[in-house]
Parts: sequence; structure tokens; C-alpha cells
Amino acid sequence: MTDVLDPPLVVDQPHEPDGHGNGHGGGHEAHGPTGILKWLTSTDHKVIGMSYMITSLVMFYLAGIMALFIRLQLTSPHSTLLSFNQYNELFTMHGSLMLYLFAGPFAFGGLANYIVPLQIGAPDMAFPRLNALSYWLYLTGSITMLLGFFVAGGAASFGWVAYAPLSSATSSPGIGGDVWIMALALTGFSAIFTGVNLVATTFYLRAPGMTMFRMPIFTWNMLVTGILILIAFPVLTSALIMLFCDRHFGTHIYTVTGCHLVNGAVTHTCGSPLLWQNLFWFFGHPEVYILALPFFGIVTEVLPVFSRKPVFGYKGMVFATMAIAALSTGVWAHHMFTTGAVLLPFFSFLSLLIAVPTGIKFFNWIGTMWHGQLQFTTAMLFSIGFLFAFLMGGVTGIMLASPPIDFATHDTYFVVAHFHQVLFGTAVFAGFSGLYYWYPKMYGRMLNEKLGKWHFWLMFIGFWVTFMPQYVVGLLGMPRRVASYPSNLGWQSYNIVSTVGAFIIALSFLMLLINFVVSWRNPVPAGNNPWDGHTLEWFTTSPPPHHNYTHLPPIRSERPTWDYNHPDNLTVHHGPAKSPPKEKVPVA
Amino acid sequence: MDSSLTSPSADIEGATSAISAPRARRRPLAVVGVIAASFLLTGCTLPSFGAYHGATTQGRTTFHLWQGFFVAGLVVGGFVLLLILWALIRYRKKSEEIPKQTQYHTLTEVIYTVVPIIIVVILFVFTVLAENKVDALPPTKTVIHVNAFQWGWEFDYPGGVKVIGDLTDAPTMVVPTGDNVRIYLNSLDVLHGFYVPEFNFSRYASPGYTTDFSFNVLHTGTFRGQCTQLCGLYHSLMFFNVKAITPSQYANWLQVQQAKVKADPASVPQLPTGVKNTSGNPDNPTTSGSGAYGD
Repeated sequence: MTDVLDPPLVVDQPHEPDGHGNGHGGGHEAHGPTGILKWLTSTDHKVIGMSYMITSLVMFYLAGIMALFIRLQLTSPHSTLLSFNQYNELFTMHGSLMLYLFAGPFAFGGLANYIVPLQIGAPDMAFPRLNALSYWLYLTGSITMLLGFFVAGGAASFGWVAYAPLSSATSSPGIGGDVWIMALALTGFSAIFTGVNLVATTFYLRAPGMTMFRMPIFTWNMLVTGILILIAFPVLTSALIMLFCDRHFGTHIYTVTGCHLVNGAVTHTCGSPLLWQNLFWFFGHPEVYILALPFFGIVTEVLPVFSRKPVFGYKGMVFATMAIAALSTGVWAHHMFTTGAVLLPFFSFLSLLIAVPTGIKFFNWIGTMWHGQLQFTTAMLFSIGFLFAFLMGGVTGIMLASPPIDFATHDTYFVVAHFHQVLFGTAVFAGFSGLYYWYPKMYGRMLNEKLGKWHFWLMFIGFWVTFMPQYVVGLLGMPRRVASYPSNLGWQSYNIVSTVGAFIIALSFLMLLINFVVSWRNPVPAGNNPWDGHTLEWFTTSPPPHHNYTHLPPIRSERPTWDYNHPDNLTVHHGPAKSPPKEKVPVA
Repeated sequence: MDSSLTSPSADIEGATSAISAPRARRRPLAVVGVIAASFLLTGCTLPSFGAYHGATTQGRTTFHLWQGFFVAGLVVGGFVLLLILWALIRYRKKSEEIPKQTQYHTLTEVIYTVVPIIIVVILFVFTVLAENKVDALPPTKTVIHVNAFQWGWEFDYPGGVKVIGDLTDAPTMVVPTGDNVRIYLNSLDVLHGFYVPEFNFSRYASPGYTTDFSFNVLHTGTFRGQCTQLCGLYHSLMFFNVKAITPSQYANWLQVQQAKVKADPASVPQLPTGVKNTSGNPDNPTTSGSGAYGD
């Protein structure tokens, strides 16, 4: 924080961003509208990225408030704070908002939109208008989702996974469910378009010298995320459309209603509730990594900068990311171990195997810190918090990958604790690490470090207080998604502790709001490169100008800004005959 | 350690020592030796780590697997945790000096790729061994058909004996101890979850197909059960009990019930009014074997 290092404004070997013939004209809206009209009409990836982030943060806070109501309900066994129906609506919407409207859009709509073009020296995303469409679809979908609370019969109450046949028109009548389906279809298309944009941008708009293996890990992870989105989201969107057909057009894709019995056995001319689970989790498990990879990317940006070292095992990290993505498409049925209808050893082995590339990443992160000079800024603290949270969530994830253990804990609070530790570890710890890290670049002003550290420590404590008791009460047999529970089983004390933790987390997020206000009222200029950053985005101004760069430094490794600022401390390659990095002439 | 690796039994001595074995390459040998030896010596007296011991043979198998995984998790997770903590304490910023810009170390990278693969394979072997025991379907004469519905349970015994209960009155499934009890599980409407915490076991009840599983209760007692899969408004209140009695008591109980049915067929309980079988599953499957996905 104190060592503010600005790179010189004059670059010795400037590259004209328009001069390298990637077909991008540029400058066509340099003097466009300002104010609110700018936000409404912009196709600038930075404006869209910020719109995404602000919207998704609103969703995060709303979903957080829902979580507080859920926790309050569970402080006493037979609470009457919420009716059963209200409770079911709240956990459905909490999950839907957090997973569909916060974690994904915050990462691949917000941060990736803003950062990826900057990191590869591109003037914008490949398809700026498609990018704008993505945002407006996302916003429309988000509002549609929230409108569910105001329709007759209330919001959807069948859980964020909408298992058939509970989500059928017979079992969940009312338009709350339809509104939910529509909202997801809209945000699904939004995600698909963003995926297209991310893949095209990283493939086609890299600056001269920015080869694939010089892309920062964050950009690499966003590329792989983009590909995963293209694999997973169309499946969800199609599955949702079929669900809608079941609800309204009399099809029997997921229901067995009206099936005929032949000699007492069900014929297979009817639908199958299992099909929904297969389709949903074929989306849902890649989705878990769509929600994780971007955040792994953030941590891989933050740890090297505040260790003042390059990423340890860069290439291994890239291949680990690809391995996770590939494996993630073959593990969906580990959500279905207890159906009695899946091949247990296959899905168990692939699920266990994901621990290998994830473990590689862990050792990469530790290796990055090893022999470094660790600076515990707020961004760094959040990334370290991620390491602890994800380690715990990962270890319990290994347990759940073993079918017999899953039989014992499936749909209990043990699983709730597991996936909250994983998702909170990624989307929240790593996500807010990214926010604290890139906020100075986005707004040209610093966030207050003292408030940031209050935020971190309160959240870190709240995190463990909230979720550790849930493991215990889950092992005792408390199922998830229950609005009340027997009072004679000793579950209440664990739930009270968990609720206290949730409120500590809520308090920590008040700190973030205060921090925003402080930085808005009393701006502390950030300069171009407040953290002595490694990657290209720290070379340009904060916030970057329209179309991002007027000059670029030579790009000869995955950290051009570091190379430029520390020419005497280039990356050392260990191993045979690879010691000094060879000077490579940029492609242009 | 080697002998336990090849031991055909997957009980806890084998599990813990085998799981911690590959770690030996990463940690000082002495530490692993002490840990492995202590687990070997303590054997089944390992703590339960919060889980139920399992009131069935299957549940007991799962419990031992859980213990093995927990110990493996403690060792591996603890090792990684120590590495992180060491890095945080040892390498915190001390000067403005720029550290050596190391990026690759091939040997380290190979080790941290290969060792986790070995650990995963070992965990998988013990998983399959346990899974085959838990999922086995030994032949038996004690067969109970279970239908779940919103919001209650129907237990069908041979001879037309039925036990039905809903929100107001949780039903009790009577089973003999020491016998393989085969359950055929269906749902009459939406998905439900048949879960008995003390059995360390749950299974979805789905409309449209029958799934079956087997358990063998180790001792008499009453065990609480509950629906675990969200099934609508009153999911929270969908309870049942499993009451295990001695085989002779069970035979007696079943005979009495069958006699009652024979004497007065009208005494057989009916599904609560309003509950309709919309699943395509047979309502009272007296003869059927397992359905399409049963085995």
C-alpha cells in the first residue's frame, strides 16, 4: 500500500494498439454519451463489467438477507417466524440468487468482462454489442426472478435444483415456478453469450506478443470457464424449456403421471423424473466449476503479486484447470448416488480424481508463496482466507465422493456445510479478494485497508462459526431444507451457533458498504499500479481510457508489467537447460 | 503396512494404514510411523468423528469407511494446512528485497501430481470394497415394500399387512434383527428420501421406478427416520420409525397382523384421503420383483 509504484508514462517501444491489424477499428465512440445514458447505451466492456458487478452485488446482498431469515427460523425447533411455504420460497430464492445471479455473473460477467480484455491488451471484448445484450438479458432475468415474490401463490418453492416431479404443474401450481423458469432461461442465454464473447476475445484479440502461454492465469481460467459455459448452459436452458412444456403443454418428459401399467410394471413410454436430474446435473456440475475456476484465477493473480513472485508452476496450473474442466463434465451423477440408478464406481472415481488437479493448484499457490515476501493486504488476506475455506470444503468433498459416505450424509446439513464452504470459499473469499484487488484499477481510488481488514476478519470468523456446526448437526441426521425440526434431538444449540455466525458475516458486509461510501466521499488516488502488479492491466491508467491502451510494454512473459518495472528480476526457470528466459521478439 | 494393504478385509486397520502410507513420502517418516502405529494399535477404538456407529452391518461398514476417510482427510488436510501456515509465517514480508523469481521445479511438480493420484486410487479401492458390501442384495424372505407419499409412508408386508402413517401419526416399520431385510422403495407422487441416520443410509424414493436395498439390523431398538429430499410444503414433518425386534418376536408379530387382515380385510389401513397414486407405481405390489432400475 505504501510503496506506490507508477510505471513511467513514456514507453520506449510503444506499440500502437490499432497498428497490429487485428481488424479492430477502435475510437468509434470515444466521445459518446455521458451520465446515465452512457450506462444504458454503452458497449464498453468496462462499463458493462461494472454494471454486472453492481447488479450481482445487489443480488448477493438480497440473497444474504434471505439467508439471515433462514438462519433465524432455525434458531428454534418450531419457529413461527416464517410459514413453511415462506421458508421453502426463501431457500429456493437464496440458492437461485446466489448461484445463478451472483456467483457466476459476478465472475464471468463482471470481473472477466472488465479484466480479461485489459489482461491481454485488447481494446474491448470481441462482440461488444452481444456483450451489452448479455448484460440486459441478465438484468431482465434477475428482475424476473425477484418478481416471483409478487405473483399469486408466491415465488418458486421447489429448491434451486427444481427436481421433477416436484416442479411439475401438479405439485407446484402457480406462476411462481414459471417465472423462475423464465428468469433462468434469460440469464442462461446471457451466460451463453458471455461465454461466446470470452472465448472469441481470448482467441482473437490478444495483443502482439501475448501468446496463449503468456496469458495470465485469470484469463486462462476465464477462457476455460467460457468453454464450460458453452458446454453446460445450453443443456440447462433446453431442460428448462422441456420443464415448461411439461408444466403447460401436456408433455410428460419428466413426469410419470398417466403412464400405463403393463403386468404391474411401468412401461417406458412415459417420462422420467431421473432425466431431469441427469440433465440438471450435467449442467450443474460443470456449473460448480464455472463458479470456481474464475475465483481460482483471482487467487492466482493476487497471491503472486503480494508474494512478489511469479505463479509457481504456471503451465501445470493451466493444465490443471483444463483437467478440472474436462473431469467436471463426467461427474454429474455424484449428485445422484442415492437414486440407486447410477453407476457408482465410475462417478465416484472421476469425482475423487478431481482432487488431483485441485491439489496441484493448492501446491501451486503454496509454491508461489514459498520464499516470497508476503504482504498481507486486504486482497491478500481474502485470498488466504480462500485457501483455508477451500481446503476444508475440499476435504469434505473427497468424503462425499465416496458413495457409502454420501449415502449416510446425502441431503443433510453435512452437505450444506460442504458446499457452502466451497462456494463461500470461492465466490465470496476469492471474489471479494478480486474486488479489493481490482477496485483501484476500476475506479482510480483505493478502498480503505483498515475497513477492509475488519471486513476480512469478521467474515473469516463468521464463516467458521456458521458452517462448522452444520457439519456436526448434519452428521447427527438433520436434513436440509427443513423449516422445523424435532426439539428433543439436541440440534438446536448447533443451529443457534450457526445463526450467530451468519450475523457476524452480515456485519462484515456492512464494513464493505461503509468502505464503498468512504472511498466515494474521500477518494485516495490509486495511481496506475498501486500493488506493483504483474499483468498488463496495471500498465494502463486507473481507470483505463476508452479502448484501454495507448501504449503497451513489450510482452515477453505472462507478466509484462513486472518485466517492465523489474528488468533485473525476470522469472528464473529451474530445471535442466532452461535457466535464463530467452528473449523473444514480439510477433508484430 | 504391506500386509494390511493386501488384506482382503476393508476394516479400519487396513484403511487407515493404507491411506496414510503414501504420505510417508512427503513427511518425515517418523511422524507417519507414529500416526500409523497409533491407528493400528487403537483400531476400532478410533473416535467416531461425529458419525453414527451404524446400527446395521451396512451402516457399520460405512462407519469404518468414514473413519478411514476422516483420518486420511486429517493427515492430508493437516499437511497442506501446515504448509500454508509455514509459508504465511516464514515468508511474511521482511524487507524490500525482491525474492528469487522461481517459477518451476520439476521434481516438486511431479511429486505433488503423482502422490495425490496414489492417494485417490487407495481411497477408491476402499470405497469400492465398502460399497459392494453396502449395496449387496443377499436373498431373504423378509421383504417390505415402501411407498412414500406427500407426506407420509406406507409399509407393505407379505399377506396384505400394511402400516400407513402421515404427518399426524408417524408410521413404524417393524423389522427383525440379524436378518437381511429387503426394501423395495417407491414414491406415489414426488421424490422423497428414505433416511435412517443411525443406519448411515439413505435412498431416494422415486415415482416411476422401484429401487431396492438391504439392511441387517445389529440390535433391537427404535431408530428414527425422516424424509431427506425436498417434497413440498410439509417436507420437514415427514417422519417414520424403524423398530427392530428379535426374529421370533417378528415372526409372531407378522402372524398376528396377517391373521387380523384375514379376519377383517376392512381393518387394513388405507392411504389418507387426498393422497392419489399418480406415479405409475403399483399401489400394493404383492408379487413384483424390483423394477427397471432395481438392481
